[in-house]
Amino acid sequence: MIEIKGLSKRFNDHMVLDSLDLKIETGETKVIIGRSGCGKSVLLKHIVGLLIPDSGTVLVDGQDVSKLDEKRMNQLHMKIGLVFQGGALFDSLSVWENVGFVLREYSTLKEKEIRERVKEALSLVNLYDVEDKMPSELSGGMKKRVSLARALCVRPQIILYDEPTTGVDPITADAINVLIDELHDKLKVTAIVVTHDMRSAYKVADKIAMLYNGKIIAEGTPDEIRYTHDSIVHQFITGAAHGPITANLKTQQI
Amino acid sequence: MKEYLTNLGNKTLNFFRYLGGVTELCLETFFWIFVPPMKRERIFEQAKRIGLDSLLIVSLVGLFTGMILALQTAYLMKKLSSEIYIASIIALSLTRELGPVLTALIVAGRSGAAITAEIGTMTVTEQVDALKTLATNPVKYLVVPRFLALTFMLPVLTIYADLVGIFGGYLIGVNRLSISPSMYLATTFDTLVNKDIFTGLIKTVFFGMLIALISCYEGLNVEGGAEGVGKSTTNSVVTTFIFIIVADCFFTALFYFFF
Ligand SMILES: Nc1ncnc2c1ncn2[C@@H]1O[C@H](COP(=O)(O)OP(=O)(O)O)[C@@H](O)[C@H]1O
Ligand SMILES: [Mg+2]
Repeated sequence: MIEIKGLSKRFNDHMVLDSLDLKIETGETKVIIGRSGCGKSVLLKHIVGLLIPDSGTVLVDGQDVSKLDEKRMNQLHMKIGLVFQGGALFDSLSVWENVGFVLREYSTLKEKEIRERVKEALSLVNLYDVEDKMPSELSGGMKKRVSLARALCVRPQIILYDEPTTGVDPITADAINVLIDELHDKLKVTAIVVTHDMRSAYKVADKIAMLYNGKIIAEGTPDEIRYTHDSIVHQFITGAAHGPITANLKTQQI
Repeated sequence: MKEYLTNLGNKTLNFFRYLGGVTELCLETFFWIFVPPMKRERIFEQAKRIGLDSLLIVSLVGLFTGMILALQTAYLMKKLSSEIYIASIIALSLTRELGPVLTALIVAGRSGAAITAEIGTMTVTEQVDALKTLATNPVKYLVVPRFLALTFMLPVLTIYADLVGIFGGYLIGVNRLSISPSMYLATTFDTLVNKDIFTGLIKTVFFGMLIALISCYEGLNVEGGAEGVGKSTTNSVVTTFIFIIVADCFFTALFYFFF
């Protein structure tokens, strides 16, 4: 279970997260929606300890992430996989070296066994015969899937997806949605999916939460969100240019 | 005036912050050097790259520096009718000063810049963050191999530059200044004592560490996308140059007064 309590983070004068509270139950898939730049990636980075909160706490299975020493933090990272927005594949390493990174660094497995594990992880994301390619030879959608395979290779209990469907074509996007669903059903992982793609959100979510002005302003099942009376959420999910979100911004800022 | 002072204050503050950052990275690097496992291939790979990157330029610069030195000293020595000293002066200036400093500057421009650009790109594309989430410390994985490789390779390249430089001096001395070959070599190696070579090399060990730490520090602290990588790369080269020259002055004074 992931419990976020009163999490605040500011960069210079810019308050990105403002005492945010959120709870993700074990085995649940929580989708967090919000506009670009509202702090979704920042939120995920706090959960894996890449950013330190100004105030508030993030508890993963009862452990305060910002207070872990190097060893505990590594143990946490073996348990959580983060799929970065841009993939963040190591571009000096081939696909199989990327996916098997942790196994190559820390396990005593032989290269052949690691390659087997890599193959298995790649097949989970429907990729075949790409092991010896370099990341620069892959399309955007493939990179996202390789990145997911890399996270899966350590068999995590929690997976965080940062905009898994942004920047890929609709068919690949749907394949990724199916994949997230399958992983949820097959491996029973806890998942947080950050996105502004509403199709994807409805498809994979157990619960949807909306991040706005540094806070979670609404949370509910996909149907509750779809038929919401909250005008801010309504404007976001219908994608209207006019409404409360944009009302107090000058046109240039939109 | 007040504005000027505030600006100066900020600059000074930033400078000390920078020094602090590099020092911290230095301590972390020394810590991680001793944490197993140590992947030797990774150090060799870096060492190979650093060596190959600079080999050609070091050869050219070494050769021409030797030749220039021969001609310049010949000008003075002829006036004093002491051509006999040409070979010794070349050997001493190369091993004590020019070999170490020129090689360090070349390696800083070649490999230091490449390291900042590479690590900087990894930083802005979140590969460094990805390393952390894969339970890997970036200092251990990225900095330590480059640090060890540079600390080892810079002395090696310097010895090579010294030899090439002496050869360049030999070419001019023997062919243009009519010093006999055996005489030239004899004076070269008679003059050089272990101390000259040793003080030259000890400097390069520190220069290697400086280049590694500054270029890695700049790379890990890039902000703001591709443009930021470019800025940091330039910064890294300029800063290393300054640090190398200042450190050189310091070491030279130290050796002069205490050895
Ligand atoms: N390391 C950082 N330094 C300064 N500002 C940052 C940093 N990371 C994120 N921000 C700012 O925080 C805000 C939220 O960013 P982010 O979480 O990436 O948005 P998104 O919801 O699109 O993922 C943005 O305005 C961004 O400029
Ligand atoms: Mg983001």
